[in-house]
Amino acid sequence: MKRDILKHEMVPDHVILSKSKVNKLLKDKNIHAEQLPKIKIDDPVVKEIGAKSGDVLEITRKSATAGKFVTYRLVVE
Amino acid sequence: MFLRGILKKISQINFGLMSPEDIRKMSVTKIMTPDTYDEDGYPIENGLMDPRLGVIDPGLKCRSCGSKGGECQGHFGSINLARPVIHVGFADTIHKILRSTCKSCGRVLLTETEIFEYKTKIEHLIKNEESLTSIIKEIYAEARRDKCPHCEEEQEDIKIDKPVSIVEGNYKLTPSEVRERLEMIPPEDALILGVNPEVAKPEWMVLTVLPVPPVTVRPSITLETGERSEDDLTHKLVDILRINQRLKENMEAGAPQLIVEDLWELLQYHVTTYFDNEASGVPPARHRSGRPLKTLAQRLKGKEGRFRSNLSGKRVNFSARTVISPDPNISINEVGVPELIAKEVTVPVYVTEWNIEELKEYIKNGPDIHPGANYVIRPDDRKIRIYEETKEVVMEKLEPGYVVERHLKNGDIVLFNRQPSLHRMSMMAHEVRVLPYKTFRLNLCVCPPYNADFDGDEMNMHVFQTEESRAEAKSLMRVQEHILSPRFGGPIIGGIHDHISGAYLLTKEDSVFKEDEVFQMLLRSKLPLPKKTGNPWTGKQIFSLLLPDDLNLVYKAEICRKCDECLRNECENDAYVVIEDGILKSGAIDDKAYGAFSGKILDHIVKEYGTDRAREFLDASTKLAISGIMIKGFTTSTNDEEIPREAKERIEELLDKAENRVEQLIEAYKNEELEPLPGRSLEDTLEMKIMQVLGEARDKSGEIAESYFGMDNHAVIMALTGARGSMLNLTQITACVGQQSVRGGRIKRGYSERTLPHFKKGELGAREGGFVHSSYKEGLDPLEFFFHAMGGREGLVDTAIRTAQSGYMQRRLVNALQDLNVKPDGTVMDNRGVIIQTMYGEDKVDPAKSDYGKVVDIDKLIEGMRIKSNK
Repeated sequence: MKRDILKHEMVPDHVILSKSKVNKLLKDKNIHAEQLPKIKIDDPVVKEIGAKSGDVLEITRKSATAGKFVTYRLVVE
Repeated sequence: MFLRGILKKISQINFGLMSPEDIRKMSVTKIMTPDTYDEDGYPIENGLMDPRLGVIDPGLKCRSCGSKGGECQGHFGSINLARPVIHVGFADTIHKILRSTCKSCGRVLLTETEIFEYKTKIEHLIKNEESLTSIIKEIYAEARRDKCPHCEEEQEDIKIDKPVSIVEGNYKLTPSEVRERLEMIPPEDALILGVNPEVAKPEWMVLTVLPVPPVTVRPSITLETGERSEDDLTHKLVDILRINQRLKENMEAGAPQLIVEDLWELLQYHVTTYFDNEASGVPPARHRSGRPLKTLAQRLKGKEGRFRSNLSGKRVNFSARTVISPDPNISINEVGVPELIAKEVTVPVYVTEWNIEELKEYIKNGPDIHPGANYVIRPDDRKIRIYEETKEVVMEKLEPGYVVERHLKNGDIVLFNRQPSLHRMSMMAHEVRVLPYKTFRLNLCVCPPYNADFDGDEMNMHVFQTEESRAEAKSLMRVQEHILSPRFGGPIIGGIHDHISGAYLLTKEDSVFKEDEVFQMLLRSKLPLPKKTGNPWTGKQIFSLLLPDDLNLVYKAEICRKCDECLRNECENDAYVVIEDGILKSGAIDDKAYGAFSGKILDHIVKEYGTDRAREFLDASTKLAISGIMIKGFTTSTNDEEIPREAKERIEELLDKAENRVEQLIEAYKNEELEPLPGRSLEDTLEMKIMQVLGEARDKSGEIAESYFGMDNHAVIMALTGARGSMLNLTQITACVGQQSVRGGRIKRGYSERTLPHFKKGELGAREGGFVHSSYKEGLDPLEFFFHAMGGREGLVDTAIRTAQSGYMQRRLVNALQDLNVKPDGTVMDNRGVIIQTMYGEDKVDPAKSDYGKVVDIDKLIEGMRIKSNK
């Protein structure tokens, strides 16, 4: 009976970023990975997509102001 | 590292107790004699004013550290107490500890296993940096036994006799005994009782040595008579020393136990009041005059204490406060400053060879004639006051490099503020206009951002003291830069009240003025005069003079009746405003045009033509509107709310019908014929239907009244243009006040089964439930009046609670957000450099520069273009 939470309307799209994309992101923003917003490793979506600690997720969600909005989160313990 | 920019980080703060050794180590001298100065006025060695405790007089050097007076922050001394005394601040803790420990072996009254459990729990909490308060409270509740689990000793009940007496059974423990018991507690057990053995030992809560604060903490004051007056703390320390001395002498002389104990009590009293003179159960120590002494706790506590009055809130120089009053003739950028204030607060000006003549002129005027000066600062930082007698000398010496503190004069930039400062528009930079009389004057358009009125409001003014601050204020904080609010992307500064009525009277259809009237108005509004035409002018023509030549705008005015089908240009209310190339073609000017919070034209001008143009427009249009209203004449009274007898009869009939309908509903309910609405009980259904019937009745009665009101009625003009008041206000005055409510429903409270004893039990008809069918003008009957007061009171209570609640909510929100900042690329970071949002607001839009929150208002752009292409 388990539902696929990723298909739920209120769960935005989470994608694990590749190493090179992460490096590009950090370089563009001129930041350290620690400065990114965090997401807990026991978050249901993180468990579902199988992300590991240290991964960076690209989250695309609906936005009231911008329509579509892309943000990033670092997976932490 | 992402902590870049942080030079030093506090890793931890330890709070502990001072040991007697610490106190002695920090002490520069032992204080022995209770005297302060000798006959010659010199401080006595080992006295309370010992020169080693620091210096206050500038010029003298400190005996302990060698620095000059003012620089030396002082040094502590110490008093060896003849007998230990309990520290009032810790009496409660001492009591709790003694209650939870054994009287003979000093162990905590818990079994070994319990001790182990609590110890691991505490260590775990410390590791996770969590609060220990709850667990320690639990331990104190748990560790109370009649028998010690370690040495089997029977325990006696220990009570505290406020503030400092510890009583065991019937015997009062002496502080020495208390101290001995505390000494017995092993460090491991102390940890469980909440005393970290690394920073404090329980016995340190009983004082054997008393630190004496430096003289800088308790400076003596020399009165004009040459008499010295000591600080309250010094007085208290003298008392302590005297008793301490007597106690010591008596003990050495082998005095009877009773006398020693009495003196000991007295010493305890003095030390207690030295710490806290408002401790319960102790009579406060008093000054000779009978005034209670202000001792240590009193210095810190409460609204006038160090924290709230000196650390959280400070007094500032170069500021002024007075009552505000309106001045429609000054610009929105200006503030009228009373000459008295202008002569008191000053601006520092560097003397250069280009301004030296001007500054000399100020000095020549002196401190009492307006554009004058109060002080001159020499290059060696010495500040010289300018007096009438000395001004000639000062003037001679003036040369580049000096600084002159000159009076405030026209054109200076100052910061103007009204509390509560809830948003950034509560503090704006204004240009000074020195005016006679004693109030600050401000333009009426800036009332909304400050939320000011003139019923006695006071405001503060601060004068900038550096060029940098002036430059920053001028470009960021000037009033004209705040016409648009970041709250909703529209103007918050704009016309109010008579500005709106005036503009409507001026620009409404068939409003025509004789040419000389027009020129009079323009002259009064300080506008450039156009060529004479010899013909009468329409109001729309006059108003068009203010609009930019290439302005194209279409919108629906406030007076728009929201018809089902909009007739656009043919609107019969003149509510369809069309501006073509800066000419007002149709529509009347009202709140929607240039009112605060909703002015479309004003909004458009700020966004398209900049703040300078907007300021000019606002200054000119409000003045023009006032001139307009002065020529037309405008007044209101209760006569505006008068309706013919036939209307009154119609309303009466309507209300009677509604009240009958309510009776019918109640009848139907009683006969159980009422159909419940889905999801509601029968009672709820009845209530809802009654509310609905009565609500409709009020609205309909209002409509009847409205149908007799025309646009020639001044009260109606104000209501419909958005200047002041609403149609509801008018119909409540004319036709029917309507249902009063408490807690969102009809009034049901009061007596059992009825609202007032004048009714029968169980009846809840229209009147009984608080329906006011009279109008304000007719007058309410006593019962209606009472219900009205009930509803009115709820309103007052709600606003009082709402302000308190929302104030605290806003405070928390501001504290959480104050350190966030937006980087050049649009990311929002906090002060640690952690990203909060990858793009500000997710769309990178500054709400103040947006079109009511949106990036662009497409409809507005299209309308503007349509007009252009139609030509």
